[in-house]
Amino acid sequence: MPDPERRSQSNLDEPLLEIKDLKKYFPIRRGFFKRVVGHVKAVDDVDLYVMEGETLGLVGESGCGKTTTGRCVLRAIEPTSGQIWFRDPNLGRVDICQLTKEQVRQVRRNVRMIFQDPYASLNPRMTLLDIVGAPLRAMGIARGKELEDRVAEMLRLVGLRPEYMRRYPHAFSGGQRQRIGLARALAPYPRFVVCDEPVSALDVSVQAQILNLLKDLQEQMGLTYLFIAHDLSVVAHISDRVAVMYVGKVVELAPTAELFVSPKHPYTEALMSAIPRPDPRPREKRILLTGEVASPANPPSGCYFHPRCSYAADICRTDEPAFEEVSPGHYVKCHFGRELSLTGAIRVPSLDV
Amino acid sequence: MTESENNVLVEIKDLHVHFHLAEGIVRAVDGVDLTIRRRQTLGIVGESGCGKSITALSLLRLVPPPGRIERGEILYYRPARANGNMVDVVNITALDPRGREIRDIRGNQISMVFQEPMTAMSPVRTVGQQIMEAIILHQKVSKAEARERAIEMLARVKIPKPEQVIDDFPFQLSGGMRQRAVIAMALSCHPHLLIADEPTTALDVTTEAQILDLMRSLQRELGMAIMYITHNLGVVAEMAEEVAVMYLGRVVEQTDVKTIFLNPLHPYTRGLLASIPHLDESIVRSDRKRRLQMIQGMVPDPYSRLRGCTFHPRCPDFIAGLCDQAEPPNVAVGSGHLVRCHLYAK
Repeated sequence: MPDPERRSQSNLDEPLLEIKDLKKYFPIRRGFFKRVVGHVKAVDDVDLYVMEGETLGLVGESGCGKTTTGRCVLRAIEPTSGQIWFRDPNLGRVDICQLTKEQVRQVRRNVRMIFQDPYASLNPRMTLLDIVGAPLRAMGIARGKELEDRVAEMLRLVGLRPEYMRRYPHAFSGGQRQRIGLARALAPYPRFVVCDEPVSALDVSVQAQILNLLKDLQEQMGLTYLFIAHDLSVVAHISDRVAVMYVGKVVELAPTAELFVSPKHPYTEALMSAIPRPDPRPREKRILLTGEVASPANPPSGCYFHPRCSYAADICRTDEPAFEEVSPGHYVKCHFGRELSLTGAIRVPSLDV
Repeated sequence: MTESENNVLVEIKDLHVHFHLAEGIVRAVDGVDLTIRRRQTLGIVGESGCGKSITALSLLRLVPPPGRIERGEILYYRPARANGNMVDVVNITALDPRGREIRDIRGNQISMVFQEPMTAMSPVRTVGQQIMEAIILHQKVSKAEARERAIEMLARVKIPKPEQVIDDFPFQLSGGMRQRAVIAMALSCHPHLLIADEPTTALDVTTEAQILDLMRSLQRELGMAIMYITHNLGVVAEMAEEVAVMYLGRVVEQTDVKTIFLNPLHPYTRGLLASIPHLDESIVRSDRKRRLQMIQGMVPDPYSRLRGCTFHPRCPDFIAGLCDQAEPPNVAVGSGHLVRCHLYAK
């Protein structure tokens, strides 16, 4: 087990991961010669940073580019342009986008990923020993008896019995499979984990088990998470800061409590108003967005949200707003970010919960 | 017949649906009692595999083989079309699943909206053809008139430009629009009961909010009852008047929506409510080490048959010698609040 305090040796003010102007355009090809006729701007100028030991939540609706952002961090797909700075314990501060194949392999010891679908992300023909041991073998960290010991340790860590090592994934339930995926991700003792919707395929009672496990492991191993999800209640529970994405762009970034109490972007407000609450008492009128999410292949002019925004003015139709810091640590991409007073998911924090 | 009985639309009594598989018998529905009242919404909550969808499919006699209704009754108090007071009772479980009578009910008086709007529609026929199919089958109208009604239904579910969309294929619509079209299809014959099986699970939150709002206003307009199946407790709180919580093929608790959230009694219901992250608490108590409460263990293997209460291996209030031996009674604690648990037995 690594020392959870291993981060103390490094510079704490500097983010562990910093994403600058990240773009990922997918070409649209048509016709016999597969001519490029346009681009789907899945990720368009994303700026984010993640501090050591924290959890950054990334929320947004389907197609907004949150998964694509996560995959770029691992170089699972090639970014079109931009920089992803990562403080690697062995390589030093590197731009993941510029690394050679061999260096990417080295970085992936420290940057790992957990996937959404526990049924699709495990090879049914491999035993747990092979699955969890695969990254250790590939990176030359352990082999033979040592490998088995390490796999046993990982299984114990995620709450599975080491005796299950010789079994195949089909023998396990959804929640247990997600634990296996977690063991595989954490086997090389990484520092940064991209969690791509890790609980959205699970039942509520199992979801709570996995969320608690993620928190415990973060504590024990000193992990940093980029937590991608569409469920705002889950994100509020686990994250220290939250970034909201809309059509390939981050529209708001703030500490969790601040974002949920006083959002500054109209899209964040609408998103929060839409959360179904497990509370039968009547509540204020919810904001219903009209129209549909803009297409990332053919986005509207100006601010991408203006056709659905009830606060839109002329400037919103023509000029794209900048991503500005309106209060310490609170960034908004809206022309009226400083002026609007919007309703959050909860009113002023009252303690009579 | 008394006033309250008059209000009942569907009554499910001791329903058992079993799947006979090579590995053994799966008791998907194992003694369910439920009542659906006219113009009301009954929410059915439970985790995957608890039998909520199979209960719904039994209502339409669509249980897929090798599943079979073994025992029990589903009484449908059919209001006569012209005169709302005249009621004749149909026992749905006694009908031939391929017979004329059930086909007259299915899609007409009781219709269903499925979870996946992608797979609920045929990809090779237009939206209009699919809506008109139900109208022509159940109502004596000409093709032109059916088309008229289909356009009217599409307008009702607030699809912009219905005259154009009616000739579109499903793949040309977005997920939210497709779910609206499926709802239009289900409501085209003005059913008495709409069964909605996780209709918004595949949708984004803002789209979900639009669909929920639409379903509520259509319910008010058309005066139908809704059986709303979901695993999302937040959605239930918004949609339902009455809630039934299911676990392993049984209804463990049933009461009105306020009581289920403010005064849940069954240990499973309480565990379920405690295990969802509450926004307010996450924000107010920003303590980083705060954990969610969880239900221990997991849903047992479907082939096993537990003695006594099926929840006992996971129950925090487990009483040895009682819960693992005797079947818990269905206890009435207060008006209309039923709990299937030994803790509340007198």
